[in-house]
Amino acid sequence: MAQYKMHLLVCAGTGCRASQSEEIIVNLNAELKKQGLQYDAQVVATGCFGFCEKGPIVKILPDNTFYTQVKPEDCAEIISEHILKGRRVNRLLYEDPETRKHIEDSKHMGFYQKQLRIALRNCGFIDPENIDEYIARDGYAALGKILAEMTQSQAIDEIKKSGLRGRGGGGFPTGIKWEIASKNKADQKYVVCNADEGDPGAFMDRSILEGDPHSIIEAMAICGYCIGASKGLVYIRAEYPLAIKRLQVAIAQARDYGLLGGDIMGSGFSFDIELKYGAGAFVCGEETALIHSMEGHRGEPTVKPPFPAEKGYLGKPTNVNNVETFANVPVIFLKGASWFASIGTEKSKGTKVFALAGKINNVGLIEVPMGITLREVIFEIGGGIKDGKKFKAVQTGGPSGGCLTEKHLDTPIDFDNLIAAGSMMGSGGMIVMDEDDCMVSVAKFYLEFTVEESCGKCAPCRVGNKRLHEILEKICAGKGTEDDLSYLENLSKVIKDTSLCGLGQTSPNPVLSTLEHFYDEYLAHVKERICTAGRCKALKLYTIIADKCTGCTACIRACPVAAITGEKRQPHVIDVDKCIRCGACYDKCKFTAIHVQ
Amino acid sequence: MSTFKIQDCHKETIKGICNSFENNPGELISILHKIQSEFGYLPEDIQREVAKNLKISVAKVYGVVTFYSFFTMTPKGKHPISVCMGTACYVRGAEKIVDELKDQLKIKVGGVTADGKFSLDCLRCVGACGLAPVVLIGEKVYGRVEASQVREILDSYVD
Repeated sequence: MAQYKMHLLVCAGTGCRASQSEEIIVNLNAELKKQGLQYDAQVVATGCFGFCEKGPIVKILPDNTFYTQVKPEDCAEIISEHILKGRRVNRLLYEDPETRKHIEDSKHMGFYQKQLRIALRNCGFIDPENIDEYIARDGYAALGKILAEMTQSQAIDEIKKSGLRGRGGGGFPTGIKWEIASKNKADQKYVVCNADEGDPGAFMDRSILEGDPHSIIEAMAICGYCIGASKGLVYIRAEYPLAIKRLQVAIAQARDYGLLGGDIMGSGFSFDIELKYGAGAFVCGEETALIHSMEGHRGEPTVKPPFPAEKGYLGKPTNVNNVETFANVPVIFLKGASWFASIGTEKSKGTKVFALAGKINNVGLIEVPMGITLREVIFEIGGGIKDGKKFKAVQTGGPSGGCLTEKHLDTPIDFDNLIAAGSMMGSGGMIVMDEDDCMVSVAKFYLEFTVEESCGKCAPCRVGNKRLHEILEKICAGKGTEDDLSYLENLSKVIKDTSLCGLGQTSPNPVLSTLEHFYDEYLAHVKERICTAGRCKALKLYTIIADKCTGCTACIRACPVAAITGEKRQPHVIDVDKCIRCGACYDKCKFTAIHVQ
Repeated sequence: MSTFKIQDCHKETIKGICNSFENNPGELISILHKIQSEFGYLPEDIQREVAKNLKISVAKVYGVVTFYSFFTMTPKGKHPISVCMGTACYVRGAEKIVDELKDQLKIKVGGVTADGKFSLDCLRCVGACGLAPVVLIGEKVYGRVEASQVREILDSYVD
């Protein structure tokens, strides 16, 4: 293997590729060659660094220099200055938003300081399409150790001791799940990796598959050994072309190396993996629905029991785990269950990956130890709220979760605390909202999603969610009444109690949690007909601030219903009865003379 | 929109794809993925042909096609536009972008322009939340889109 003095790691995840990281890789390579440095430094296309806000990212090793928002035309300078002369290109360094100082070493960036990367350990570090790089980071060592030294029950015990819980949403203890599947006798069993990430705003599974596909393959093989399965299936979204490609490459490499296939490492254990494609259905995240989809049916859930561990894919015992859960498995065997169990809170061990997004300065993918507070995540890692606005709420758990507020900021994040606060961990979406976000609209947004994604099998979810959505629409349109609010609450509870699967049992959460924490806002919508955030079009009241209006007539010309009158160079007036609240005047006014309430 | 009439050559293609999966009904979703990437969409005639090959009912095929959002029974435009409606894009104003596109193209979400040039859809999270709001046209990703840029972006598609 060639020895390089320096490495240029370029993020080739979906986010950075969308802002030209592929061209950057081409240009860096061309410049290295041009300047005769191709034997000194190597360009590596890696998985996601997580700091998507400032992408594309180029990180240089060994000095940890972290260049942000790099453009293809910056490549010549990076090579001639940094690689050749050893001088950092200051203008591309990350600037601390508070001190305005350039940060040279990524270890000192607020975004990374509180993170602990276990599931994401290799993302942004290795070339995901090169198995040797994974092996150099102790890849497949856990599998080797287990096959050589451990019995099935010893290996399962190790997972149980680690306290690992399912990262897909439910938080079920992984070791217990494996134990149940291992005890069921059958001629064929299956290991399934749930990579049908459907939660809008969460993309950790995709990042892991794109950045470290071998960790999933290794973990699935370990699970196969533990439960006695020789076949693995990855159920992956067809909308993730890059993840699919990298997984296919990784599977082929693993087969070449004898790490998949018959008699792995001479142990007599055989295991192979096949891909199954999803076709866009959120409900397929539910394991029974997922299994039906893999069998070629509509992805409708069925009543449990029987659990997949008894009767799953093709009627055989099947163990389903999520991508992030699997990503944790090899490390547990390498560093030991007690090490893993030492991280996190009493009942939630290890770390959790969150997709931090919304009105926050540092959008990105983060991994933090369980027990960290929302405040640390939002204000330290996330760098606070965008444009200096005020924090209003954070939504966790996607369409199944709820909104948490200011008073929850110091709650340690773990599975149980989030549920106690009326939300849930879910797959790890974390959407931050500021004062401009209307919580009724947010609830409506999630219900719109649920209505579309409900499979329609059971009535509470099919009809109930539709009704919830209609009431929320009515409230946002300024036609709600106070009775609607209690109706919303009652109906939500009925849906939760009577739905067949996890989707319906959690879908009213966004309504219930916003009702609980933002009841005043709902009340303002139905009583005073005001949307305090100014988001609901029908509830907006546009007026002209006479002092600011220069009488330029721009708004008069922009108004589609001739609701604005006034002479040139005289303050104009909006006729509230004629106004259709389209906001055209607001967009047009250069003097911020239009006031919206 | 012209109705799709199935030809013998189409039947051959479908047969070939079904054969490559050993006409196994359990592979129905994979088969439909392949066929849709070949034809662009899954009109009724194609579904009938698939059902015949796999020896299952047309209702079963139709049930699966209509269940999953990835499958479509109407052809997309030459330049399919997808607006990300993930939560991150939503809170950063994706709704405004959709409204602007609807206005400019004079079609609804799910529709195709009369000349077949553009079609408009919403999708759930492409995972480029750092660039929110995100619009995809074909394979190209437009990040941090503002409503005022929509006209310019559309105009850049000349043919």
